[in-house]
Amino acid sequence: MDKVIIAKDLTLSYNNNETIINQCSFDINSGDFVFITGASGSGKSTLLKSLYGALSPKQGDLVVGGVTMNNINSKKLNFLRRHVGIVFQDYKLIKEWTIEKNVMLPLIISGYAKDVSEIQVQKLLTHVKLNHQLGKYPLELSGGEQQRVAMARALAHNPIIILADEPTGNLDDYSSQVIWNLLEGACKQLKTTVVVVTHHIPETMKTDYKHLHIEHGSIYEVS
Amino acid sequence: MKSLKNHFSLIAALFTILFTIQVYQILDRSISSYEENLRANYSIVVISNTAIEEASITSKFSLIRSIEEISPEKVIKRLEKEMDKTSLGLLRASLPKFYKLSLEHYPQPSEIEILSAQLLNMKQIKRVESFSQTHDQIYKLLLLYKGVTQIFAFAILIVTLLLIAKEMRIWQFQHQERMNIMALFGAPMMLRSAVLFRLAILDAIIAASLIIATFVLIINAGWVEPYFADINIHVTVFDFTTDSFMHFGIALGLSVLLALMLIANHKEEV
Repeated sequence: MDKVIIAKDLTLSYNNNETIINQCSFDINSGDFVFITGASGSGKSTLLKSLYGALSPKQGDLVVGGVTMNNINSKKLNFLRRHVGIVFQDYKLIKEWTIEKNVMLPLIISGYAKDVSEIQVQKLLTHVKLNHQLGKYPLELSGGEQQRVAMARALAHNPIIILADEPTGNLDDYSSQVIWNLLEGACKQLKTTVVVVTHHIPETMKTDYKHLHIEHGSIYEVS
Repeated sequence: MKSLKNHFSLIAALFTILFTIQVYQILDRSISSYEENLRANYSIVVISNTAIEEASITSKFSLIRSIEEISPEKVIKRLEKEMDKTSLGLLRASLPKFYKLSLEHYPQPSEIEILSAQLLNMKQIKRVESFSQTHDQIYKLLLLYKGVTQIFAFAILIVTLLLIAKEMRIWQFQHQERMNIMALFGAPMMLRSAVLFRLAILDAIIAASLIIATFVLIINAGWVEPYFADINIHVTVFDFTTDSFMHFGIALGLSVLLALMLIANHKEEV
């Protein structure tokens, strides 16, 4: 099976030089569904940031989707991000844009034709059950609905990887379950690699998927 | 509504800047017109033993625009009753030549001094009258006007910089989040900034159009020109072609500069 993420002796730190992740190695295969857990401040989000290039490795090697992340230039980083879908706890939707335009964002960036994009957005909003809301603005929707829009946006350009940072952190149980179903669906039906940083793994998903746990700067695979 | 508010903040700032610049333009033009009036009304009188050729003197002194002989006949006529014809003939023959010199620009006192000295160095010139005391007073008044205008221009510059800095903070707040989100999905800098430039150009066009409309209204209402005409100053309040071009240029320049500064300061959140 192809490895879509390869970390070898990876060390991550911010400008203050405090080491967050210390010489860790792990692989993630294409089509895997991976949970990353750990206590608050353990470095879960830091690790995820390194996967979408917001933080460069201090030492060691990191390859994501075939792109080496060490000292990556903006051209390569933009190329990688056009093949990655990202979901955040705070949704990160553009408030002054409609739901339709928010979901269309990755397609605009990738240069899709407008009519093709419109069809794709319609399909995705139907998939997340928000096709009747496409003319609305993010702040007119509930938190759960906004996260479904963020999910639709993350799926819009058929990414090879979806990175999700506490995607259910702000949601009630029902909305959380909807998001887990969408992430699981992306992995199972579209064969997309899904990496989720979370505090809480749903009971129903605990035994099925790969689980990396971060503690004291080290990463362990939980079996 | 929110979008209108976003537009309004830059349009209002640009409108204020352009309005102040146009007021400065009017002041500057009125001073130029006043200076031209002074120049036209000011002349130096020289008394010469022999006739002076205009070409010879204008080629020698670049400050002198033209030379005109002052006829002594008015004075002689006044003496006709008191003197006989022979005496008048002798007087006419012995009188020196009087000339009025018009200048290229309204001179500084030092320029008058130098010119007077150089004219007196010419053999045939006996005397130079520059009316220096009156000239100095008027010149000082002109300098005062110019000084006040320059202070005003400096104030405009400060206000402009403050407004731009304020706008920059507002824009940074308004656009940073969208640009960060676009960056997360791999948008190149040009695409991230496209909305910013579109907004900047649109707002610049609206602000320049508003200022043009305002001054066209002012001209048509005839509020300003009569005030200047009363003091014999003829000033163009708004030159449609050159001033419109200037306002579009300044508005576009400032707003594009603002967008560029914002892009230069843009930092992706980590």
